[in-house]
Amino acid sequence: MHENTLPENSVRRGFLKKASAVVLGALAGLIPGLAGLFVFLDPLRRKSHESGSVLVASLNSLPEDGMPRKFSVIASHTDAWTRMPEVPIGAVYLRRTGEKAVQAFNVVCPHAGCFVDFKTDQKSYHCPCHHSAFALDGLIKDSKSPSPRGLDELKVEIRNNSEIWVEFRNFQAGNAAKIPIS
Amino acid sequence: MRVFLDWLDQRTGYRGIVRSSLYENIPGGARWRYVWGSTLTFTLSVQFITGLFLWMSYSPSSQTAWESVFYIQYQMWGGWLLRGIHHYTASLMTVLLVLHLMQVVIDGAYKAPREINFWFGLGLLQLVLGLSLTGYLLPWDQKGFWATRVATNIAAIVPVVGPAIQKLVVGGADYGHHTLTRFFALHAGALPAAVIALLVWHIILFRRHGITAKVPKRKPDGYFWPDQVLMDSVACLAVMATVLFLILRPWIFGAGGDLGAELGAPADPSETYSAARPEWYFLFLFEFLKYFPGGTEIWGAIVIPSLIMGIIFLMPLLGRWRLGHRFNVGLLFSLLAGVGLLTYLATAQDKRDPAYQAAVAEAEQNAHRVKALAQSPSGIPISGAVTLLRNDPLTQGPKLFAKNCASCHRYDGHDGTGGQPKDEQVASDLHGFASRPWLSGLLDPQRISSKHYFGGTKFKDGKMVKFVNKDVAKYSAEQKEQLKKVIAALSFDAQLRSQHELELRQPEIIKEGKRLLVSEEMRCTECHRFHKDGDDPTGPDLTGYGSREWLIEFISNSAHERFYGERNDRMPAFGTKQMLDRPAISLLADWLRGDWYESKEKAELAKSPKPL
Ligand code: FES
Repeated sequence: MHENTLPENSVRRGFLKKASAVVLGALAGLIPGLAGLFVFLDPLRRKSHESGSVLVASLNSLPEDGMPRKFSVIASHTDAWTRMPEVPIGAVYLRRTGEKAVQAFNVVCPHAGCFVDFKTDQKSYHCPCHHSAFALDGLIKDSKSPSPRGLDELKVEIRNNSEIWVEFRNFQAGNAAKIPIS
Repeated sequence: MRVFLDWLDQRTGYRGIVRSSLYENIPGGARWRYVWGSTLTFTLSVQFITGLFLWMSYSPSSQTAWESVFYIQYQMWGGWLLRGIHHYTASLMTVLLVLHLMQVVIDGAYKAPREINFWFGLGLLQLVLGLSLTGYLLPWDQKGFWATRVATNIAAIVPVVGPAIQKLVVGGADYGHHTLTRFFALHAGALPAAVIALLVWHIILFRRHGITAKVPKRKPDGYFWPDQVLMDSVACLAVMATVLFLILRPWIFGAGGDLGAELGAPADPSETYSAARPEWYFLFLFEFLKYFPGGTEIWGAIVIPSLIMGIIFLMPLLGRWRLGHRFNVGLLFSLLAGVGLLTYLATAQDKRDPAYQAAVAEAEQNAHRVKALAQSPSGIPISGAVTLLRNDPLTQGPKLFAKNCASCHRYDGHDGTGGQPKDEQVASDLHGFASRPWLSGLLDPQRISSKHYFGGTKFKDGKMVKFVNKDVAKYSAEQKEQLKKVIAALSFDAQLRSQHELELRQPEIIKEGKRLLVSEEMRCTECHRFHKDGDDPTGPDLTGYGSREWLIEFISNSAHERFYGERNDRMPAFGTKQMLDRPAISLLADWLRGDWYESKEKAELAKSPKPL
């Protein structure tokens, strides 16, 4: 515009004015924006609540023939502000691999997180979403399966001869490596 | 870059828009008195920004609204700051609106051709007040809940359609989920949308007509940018600084208390709340209503305010005449004076009212308590935080005691809540019941016949008093030592939390006391049963004396054989006669036994979130 024709110190004053107008205005707007941003980022510091080992079922509820059965995992759970003493936090397939040995899988498909079904007639797990198929031992059955890894096996412990305790975890989907969600 | 900007300009004409908005002519140059409109636009954007972020964490239902606000305020990063900014900016906005209105009226900026823009402005004023009113309810605390009940009940006095309006606003006959969802939809949806629509028109029209210059012009004409923008920026920053000051006030002055907006105890329709007041800028209306006796409220609540709004609406037309303009300015000032006076009267009256002050103190105590409970390891249950207070012995015990027990008993000389009952004390003082000091007093010849123990009851001539006055009075020093051990053993049965550590350290004394208690020389088991001993009890069973179970059963029916039997004095059978239900009796027992949740740092956390 016509600043070019103005004397130099007036140009400088004009610049100072403009700069302070912008800086002060931005400062005023920044404060509420930052406060909001902080609250928005709050979830980043939240960790998933580890439930440790959970008693899921008793040994004699599992068939001898090694076919899996589905069980809910009941544990205490905190949903933001709500503290729930005993609620289902997930589910597992349990199957007998010996007289006192049990294998446990998280029911969630490692591809993108759908709930995997067990098909009794095919003796395999089948994901209804993008048709991944897993063998009885949890490994990928069909090479066309989109899942990057087999079903996520969980640590199992037999206590007092008959109680099946499972260390329940969830893992990141879509990754060939089994990375726990924390 | 240049090429790109040219490309952009050809398609959007942005240069022209920027130029016309920045180089708008300001007759007489930039002035501070023109900043109000800009600060209002600024505060509105602040509310949109902070509101959007709050929205991400808010959950409108009667079991989650308070809880989610609590979570924002006390658990989320900077939540107290965000909520504080939203709250105090709302307050300041009301002030800025009034300043803007004053500036417009005094400068005559409402005169032709700007009438319609003035009306847009009035519309915006109403909308902003609507936002305040709806926002006040959303935290679902006692304060907002009761104030909103008043506001919606006022809506119900509108003839014919009033009750229907109320039902529509409340979302049914009762306040609950749908009250919140409706208020929230208004607060975060409908009203902001209307504000944006009106504001856009307001600004377009303002640009069209230009600023109403204050005459005489002090300086040559100037441009909006940068002079006026600088002033606007400074003003906006000052607004923000004021908001921050209001939020950080307790911290700056080193006073305790929460930083940011207040959060009371969760809404509870079953709890009286005498501290109900609207937000400060509505206090004048609240006060105004007091002057209208039953049946005429409609004048104070609706007719007169509407008439005044109507006159303000007509101001641009009246302002055409010189006299009319003077009238407008005069009216505005007298209205403000009236509002100021009413607000003053309302606050002054509350200050002088001990009942109101007590209600405020109780409200604060409850708010403090519920936050401590919500932060306890057991946290907030699915049923919501309101049940935390309902099931809290420390909160309910004193009230239950005052209502049911204090007509005969005392608690540390008062009625449990700190007041004095009008009835005379005729039964024991139950502060520290079954504790060692309490029992030492009972077994003290000097004190057993006092009002503190059996003095007011028919037991004052009973066997126990005789035993203490004859036998115990003559005890040797050694026997007195033995009595102390007996007391320790008996008190151990109560399992009081306050003595727990002491008892852990004295297993020997307690064991010895138990032996003495059932020994013949002490004579206790002549009249009382204590575990396996005492076959022919005539006095109350001492097994588990003062324990939770014992106390609950005693309150339920003190005339049961296990306790006083037929000899029971006037104590009613609260449980058997269904004067109190089991949970209430348990709360009373827990409170008397000092059994309630106490955080390690005594709820230090709930008191004040630390600044970032
Ligand atoms: S989620 Fe199971 S196959 Fe995609």
